[in-house]
Amino acid sequence: MINLRDKGAELWEGWNRPKRTVFVLALIGFVMFMPFLGNFSFTSILDTPIASYQDVLVYPIGMFVLMGLGLNIVVGKSGLLDLGYVAFFAIGAYTQAILGTRTHLNAWEILPIGMGLAMLSGVLLGLPTLRLRGDYLAIVTLGFGEIVRIVTLNISITGGTNGIARIPSPPAIAGLKFDIMHPVNYFWLVFAMILLVIWMIRRLSVRRPGRAWEAIRQDEDVAMLMGIPTLRYKIWSFSIGAAVGGAAGVIYAAKVLVIAPQMFTFNVSVLILSCIVFGGMGNMWGVVFGGIILAYLPERIRFITNARQLVFGITLVAIMNIRPDGLLPRKKREKLKAKKAAHNV
Amino acid sequence: MNFSVLSSQFWSLCLSGLSLGLIYVLISLGYTMVYGVLRLINFANSEIFMVGTFATVWVETGLTGHTNDSQPLHGFQLIWTLGLALVIAMVASGITAVAVEFLAYRRLRARGTNRLASLISAIGMSIVLSESARILSHSRPQASPRLLEKTSFGEVAGANFRIDTVLVIISALVMFFILDRFVNKSRLGKAIRAVSMSEENSKLMGINLNRVISITFLIGGLMTGAASFFFMTVYETTKFNVGFSLGLAAFTAAVLGGIGNLRGAFFGGIALGLLETMSAAVLGSQWKSVTVFVVLVLVLLVRPNGIFGEAIQQTRV
Repeated sequence: MINLRDKGAELWEGWNRPKRTVFVLALIGFVMFMPFLGNFSFTSILDTPIASYQDVLVYPIGMFVLMGLGLNIVVGKSGLLDLGYVAFFAIGAYTQAILGTRTHLNAWEILPIGMGLAMLSGVLLGLPTLRLRGDYLAIVTLGFGEIVRIVTLNISITGGTNGIARIPSPPAIAGLKFDIMHPVNYFWLVFAMILLVIWMIRRLSVRRPGRAWEAIRQDEDVAMLMGIPTLRYKIWSFSIGAAVGGAAGVIYAAKVLVIAPQMFTFNVSVLILSCIVFGGMGNMWGVVFGGIILAYLPERIRFITNARQLVFGITLVAIMNIRPDGLLPRKKREKLKAKKAAHNV
Repeated sequence: MNFSVLSSQFWSLCLSGLSLGLIYVLISLGYTMVYGVLRLINFANSEIFMVGTFATVWVETGLTGHTNDSQPLHGFQLIWTLGLALVIAMVASGITAVAVEFLAYRRLRARGTNRLASLISAIGMSIVLSESARILSHSRPQASPRLLEKTSFGEVAGANFRIDTVLVIISALVMFFILDRFVNKSRLGKAIRAVSMSEENSKLMGINLNRVISITFLIGGLMTGAASFFFMTVYETTKFNVGFSLGLAAFTAAVLGGIGNLRGAFFGGIALGLLETMSAAVLGSQWKSVTVFVVLVLVLLVRPNGIFGEAIQQTRV
């Protein structure tokens, strides 16, 4: 099977700087134009029945890609299996809901608070548990996700089962209104955040933290022997991932206006993790691609309401069996690089 | 918080905790055995449990034609019906487990791919199973008729020895004992232990790896199926998503005891059952899973491989 990821990378490496800039700008322009694609007859196949296409672009698609990128720092880059990522999403969402309804802070002011709280909980969870390895970490994070959901169900400040309603929308920025009538603006906002995260990951990957994560993922003992403070870098990875999840939560709560505990179940963690594995672990473009497909597919096939999840499950099994490294794997590319390096020596 | 409950109903809580704990033990065997040979979390095990509960309901209503208002059975008929339900639940879960291994794991294992791919594939299977059950049952809860009259043998120290509780405790203990003997003494059990120690070396010793792994899944499934029958005998109602919380608790039990270790699963399951029952009585049932996870984290802090776990090889994603 052709490896699109490698073909793309080859093409990209063959280009000079202006060519790359033009391509990136064209890509950004295309994505910004995406909300209007549902309007044309020749693209009407994209349209999602029942849910509005523009809303679907924000949630689940945009949110999944954003959270997928955040979780990818934890799972894909540093190899820590986190099955409770939804907890950070929930913390961000509830921060926005509680502070938005009880104080005069607006969503933009709450955003850093929500990210900070998510990061803090990431550190608090990480300090005791990141010493554990592999599947033990998986079960503890899974438990953390459940704890957050159970706590929101059972304490009064989060409104219990009913959740929190009448969450205020964010105030307008530069004439862009953020309310139910303007899902496009939310999409651009999420897209901007995705770009920011992609930029951050690209920068981190080539610097010390990125190299440390890569070393930890490949062999933690060796990494430790090489003098990498593994626990510290693991906590960094965990809390940066958490911050992205928290940011997604704040925006999500501001967009949907009503949140309740049943939105933050284990299924969300599984879906986000699936995006990563589905698209190609550790590879950013794979995650973006996986997020788009796994978020879009269930919405597109909503007309078979009853069997929707069933088809989703079958797809997961089938794709994993056909392409275990995901749709855009990184493996071959790394092998190719190694080969080239060996050839040059 | 109500600590007086602990002293006033201590033995009664212990008894119900023990029966719940033994159900957890049987389910967690499905996790721990598979983990032992494959070093993978069998995510679909909770759905294998769910299949068993549905099979129990099917035998008790569809096959033997009892309804919710039929009279409790007695004597030979009771033993025959419950025995049939137990066997069919075990077989249904066992077959499902083998099918899960065949569809979700085998191909990936043959290609020697990363562990996460198998995990997602198992999660996919678990979605397929629970969604199929949801569609077939129209999302409605399924109740099994009360075939066993829940009479009491009498009270000792405030603990009510009801017939279903006693039945669960004794049968689960017997099953665990048989399994433990099987794994430790029989030829096949030796093969399973060999594979869990080293896949490569056991292959060199002439062990048919695929067959042993299938059998491990089968045994795990049989035990989980038995658990689902006992669960239905005590709690009498099931739903397509029943597996999630029970599976999670059972997996926690396996980790608590040291995953991959049979006796660890035994003590972990009982500890978890007692802990859950006690904390539900003291703090209210909505907080029981929180207590369980806090205890799990604390235990793992002191003993990172679980209470009875050996130093586990480094596992990587």
